[in-house]
Amino acid sequence: MSAVRFDGTALGVFAFFFLLVTVLGFFAARWRRGDLSQLHEWGLGGRRFGAFVTWFLLGGDLYTAYTLIAVPALVYAVGAYGFFAMPYTVLVYPIVFLTMPRLWNACRKHGWITSADFVEGRYGSRGLALAVAVTGVLATMPYIALQLVGLEKVFEAMGLGALGIGKETPLIIAFVILALYTYSSGLRAPALIAFVKDAMLYITVIAAVVIIPIKLGGYGAVFDAAEKAFATKGGDTGVLLKPDQYWSFATLALGSAFALFLYPHATTATLSADGPQTIRRNAVWLPAYSVMLGLVALLGYMALAAHIEVTDGSMAVPALINASFPPWFAGFCFAAIALGALVPAAIMSIGAANLFTRNIWRAYVNGHLTDAQESRIAKNISLLVKFGALLAVLYLPTKFAIDLQLLGGIWMLQIFPAVICGLYTRWLRASALLAGWLAGMVLGSALAWQQGLKPVYTFVFGDAHYGIYIGLIALALNFAVSILMTPVAARLKRERCPDRTQAIDYQDALPD
Amino acid sequence: MPRKLTPWLLLIPFVALLWVPLYNRMQPTVAGFPFFYVWQFVWVVLAAVLTWIVHRGWRA
Repeated sequence: MSAVRFDGTALGVFAFFFLLVTVLGFFAARWRRGDLSQLHEWGLGGRRFGAFVTWFLLGGDLYTAYTLIAVPALVYAVGAYGFFAMPYTVLVYPIVFLTMPRLWNACRKHGWITSADFVEGRYGSRGLALAVAVTGVLATMPYIALQLVGLEKVFEAMGLGALGIGKETPLIIAFVILALYTYSSGLRAPALIAFVKDAMLYITVIAAVVIIPIKLGGYGAVFDAAEKAFATKGGDTGVLLKPDQYWSFATLALGSAFALFLYPHATTATLSADGPQTIRRNAVWLPAYSVMLGLVALLGYMALAAHIEVTDGSMAVPALINASFPPWFAGFCFAAIALGALVPAAIMSIGAANLFTRNIWRAYVNGHLTDAQESRIAKNISLLVKFGALLAVLYLPTKFAIDLQLLGGIWMLQIFPAVICGLYTRWLRASALLAGWLAGMVLGSALAWQQGLKPVYTFVFGDAHYGIYIGLIALALNFAVSILMTPVAARLKRERCPDRTQAIDYQDALPD
Repeated sequence: MPRKLTPWLLLIPFVALLWVPLYNRMQPTVAGFPFFYVWQFVWVVLAAVLTWIVHRGWRA
């Protein structure tokens, strides 16, 4: 069975939805109108999104096209191990519930729009803020590139190659459109598009998890068939974890949960909420998306049960869609996945642009920007970031973006002590945190490199093997260095850098 | 439950999901799903409920 199917109806449905969101994207500039020459209006939607909009925005932001393709691809390839995404996306919300309202409160009080702004204000250290900003930008670039890879898979499955235009042309068109409406509407564009995207995605997923198993003889049969498929592959993996996978499964879930809201796109969408209660309410209701992600992951097993054979695992879901649905609905599903790429890509480019403008450009190049100049620079940077990602996807091997994204997760975790601990205490000194960050970055990258760009390092004690997520190993060193260096830093440098926040800044404001 | 204690409820999902041997088993199956998957789906809901309980305590 071929993974690729060209069909006019599918393409027509796809094109319709793509046009619809393009119109929405440009119209968004007028939605909840604000002065888009202010960075907090362009880059944070004016901090006015209520619980409902934020739910769609964050859902559309965190559950990306790459996730929708990569998670089932991993499950298709290695079984239960790929399900670490499930505990990951459950455990992230208690963390968000506890930490993000504090960040929102402090940032609102001081007009900050990035986590690096917060770090600079809290520790009075431009160096530490730069480290936070650079980490965010570095980790986001490959993530945007992977959204493009998601788009590419969709175009491939729709057989656009057969039209003789190659898969580059539609990719370029999609990205130019995305770049233009992000430029003109800022965060309002992905917020509005997220409604359409998430609704379509829920329809796609519900249809898939109801209809496909019926064709395959029920879920019992799906799991049985998947288990057999893994057994014929050698039985190193299966629909249950092997004991030597326990530690890597748990640490990957935990480490990823810690890292997620440190990413600029997550911070940006969180800070655009209209208040701390909106964030807490979302921590209660966002797990609905985790149910969906779990169901999407099951598509990997369904692909095995349906005897879908693809060499590239990321084609498993597109091929399954082609094999299971009539062309019009396949077009609908592909549009849903493609929009799943555009929403996060827009927010990621905005998040990176906010960081670059505020914490690199304004801090080091020109400190006397007017609000309008600041907003204009951010818009241009968002374009630059996206075209960089586009060039990377067109001219570099996909593996490069995947490897960098893996490193990005490890890197992102290294700002945890500065940002998250900083929300509670200023005991750690800026220079000690900087040293810890550097140690964590170096160790994390080196270990990942030494493992052949794999996320897990295996400790061997006698006969026992413990695979631990490298991000957490590096974070442990980061913490150790930060804690041990703090008394040293305090002795070397007596005066304390000014802390511009007070304890009350982190509390919810009293209602007027 | 005293208000000060409710945030600690949020630790429960961490134990439930990170202690993998607890749920890495086939039986009992529910609607064809091995227990490994049932447990994870159930905990999505339970974690949300716990967060909601803590949230209510916050407002009170």
